[in-house]
Amino acid sequence: MQYIHVASVPFLDVVESSEQPIAFRTTRGRGDRVYRGFGYGAGWLTLAIMGLIGGFLFYQSLDAFRYEGFTFFTETRWITSVSGGRFGIAAVLLGTVVIAVVALVLAVPTAIGTALFITEYAPKRIRAILTSLVDLLAAVPSLIYGIWGAAVLEGQVVYVSRFLADHFGWFPPFHTTSLAGSKVPTTLTDFTASAFLAGIVVALMILPICTAVMREVFAQAPPGEKEGALALGGTRWGVIRDVVLPFGKGGIIGGAMLGLGRALGETVAVALIISRTTDVHNLLQILKTGGNSIAALIARSWTESQGIASSALMAAGLVLFTVTLIVNAGASFVVSRSRSGAATEI
Amino acid sequence: MTMVEERVPAAAAPNVASTLNAREVSAWFGSHKVLDRVSLLMRPNEVTALIGPSGCGKSTFLRALNRMHELVPGASLAGTISLDEVDIYRDAVSVTEIRRRIGMVFQKPNPFPAMTVSENVIAGLKLCGLKIDRSTKDDLVAQCLRRAGLWNEVKNRLNDNGGALSGGQQQRLCIARSLAVRPDVLLMDEPCSALDPTSTRRIEETIAELREEITIVIVTHNMQQAQRVSQRCAFFLAGENAPGHIVETGPTEAMFTNPQDQRTLDYVRGRFG
Ligand SMILES: Nc1ncnc2c1ncn2[C@@H]1O[C@H](COP(=O)(O)OP(=O)(O)O)[C@@H](O)[C@H]1O
Ligand SMILES: [Mg+2]
Repeated sequence: MQYIHVASVPFLDVVESSEQPIAFRTTRGRGDRVYRGFGYGAGWLTLAIMGLIGGFLFYQSLDAFRYEGFTFFTETRWITSVSGGRFGIAAVLLGTVVIAVVALVLAVPTAIGTALFITEYAPKRIRAILTSLVDLLAAVPSLIYGIWGAAVLEGQVVYVSRFLADHFGWFPPFHTTSLAGSKVPTTLTDFTASAFLAGIVVALMILPICTAVMREVFAQAPPGEKEGALALGGTRWGVIRDVVLPFGKGGIIGGAMLGLGRALGETVAVALIISRTTDVHNLLQILKTGGNSIAALIARSWTESQGIASSALMAAGLVLFTVTLIVNAGASFVVSRSRSGAATEI
Repeated sequence: MTMVEERVPAAAAPNVASTLNAREVSAWFGSHKVLDRVSLLMRPNEVTALIGPSGCGKSTFLRALNRMHELVPGASLAGTISLDEVDIYRDAVSVTEIRRRIGMVFQKPNPFPAMTVSENVIAGLKLCGLKIDRSTKDDLVAQCLRRAGLWNEVKNRLNDNGGALSGGQQQRLCIARSLAVRPDVLLMDEPCSALDPTSTRRIEETIAELREEITIVIVTHNMQQAQRVSQRCAFFLAGENAPGHIVETGPTEAMFTNPQDQRTLDYVRGRFG
């Protein structure tokens, strides 16, 4: 009987010694290196710019924070002068959020419907036309939206607002008291320059971006699953409910949050429409005259502000910057984690 | 008492198998004709296998049988296809009803990944707008998974995602999903071509069992499989620039041992295609 000495078999020797994982090394071509360089460079540059803006805002707002202290986050009034005042972000931020929420509530369902109609129902020829029509909404300057909202739309919306207040007043946001006092019945003028009106206009402005993101995602719904649903006897609506919407969930949330980011920062249109108030009760009555917005506040008072007043506006800007950053980061996180989002960029 | 009544529909035997009859079916994609006057009788309690080289129109024919062909923009069709005595294209039956009665299993398993295993099984009911109560639901899920030969593997994973199963399990889940809407006919387009031999064998067993109740039409490129599962075969062929047509139809046995046409013999012996 002859035995082969294991160690003398070269092949096995190799196996034994290669227990150490191999460090994979790739030599990249020059083009690849240049491209990577650009990519990294652009990425870092963006971060650096964001950091600089944040740092600048923080530095400029230090005076205001020192003067007002922690109450900056709880104070609702906004009264500033060169040397002081009483000011805080609470009411202004609340007003901003109220307008953004109104805009989202109106824009998101409309965007979902529009995107579904474009991807699932519209014939091919109409699809392209509809897509560019919706995109065209984004080309209208913000200022025009504002003027149109204040001069044209308001005259129509007050009737809707009064109808909602009269018939759906039991729904807390629609509950409306008269400007002249809570016992007096409301009149049409109680509904002018409201957060509701501003929300409608902002909704129109964010509709294109929301629709574009959702359209992109819905169009990627796997054809195999759609056929599977149809082959089971599904209707178009069934396919949308069981395949397209579950697949596009990430895109819906991402599109909504991207829209939210824009709605929070919308400036000129809102500034032209709302009549500013820091009364919290008034801010929560969305149909009633009076609203607020950080961006509109800054836009309206920047030129005549100095000293503490100017620093306070910087502090408000810093809050807006932070909130928008968080919303956008949240949007990309949600989208990238979802099935449809892995392939989509927003 | 009530429990028994509720259980009846789910446990009852399906209706007697149906006949699917295609007469002079031609099909086009735009102006490109891909099928030329294909006639084929697909009998109850038989598995009909469609064989032939790639691109000769087998899938197109299959998709014409449950009105999936018309989903392709620009597609058109001529001829008559009837399910028992119903002309599926001309009679007043809705296309969704036709697709419910003539189910389809695709080459690539396509379960709904956002749904659990049991939700996948009953997805078709929801899609057809059929209501189902809880106790019936559990029975139906179990029954369909059993008939698809998947029950033992997934009975403890009914709430897992459909997408988490292996390819072979996913395909059987798709079969179970089709069975849940009680089809009269099941069309299968190369259902095993993406699967391993063990899964393939499980699906072939399933087909053999389903034949008792459901008329089955299967496209396959695997000659052994055609011999194992089918009782009748149709050999499709397309010319260089000519649309696909049926060269020969007959009992599987005869088609493989003693076909009438030389081209059939060449194909089943693996000499081309
Ligand atoms: N969606 C489509 N659009 C245009 N042509 C198609 C489409 N699907 C299939 N065809 C063409 O129809 C012919 C038959 O295809 P198919 O039915 O898939 O063949 P098989 O299933 O036998 O391989 C082929 O020439 C193919 O190129
Ligand atoms: Mg095919």
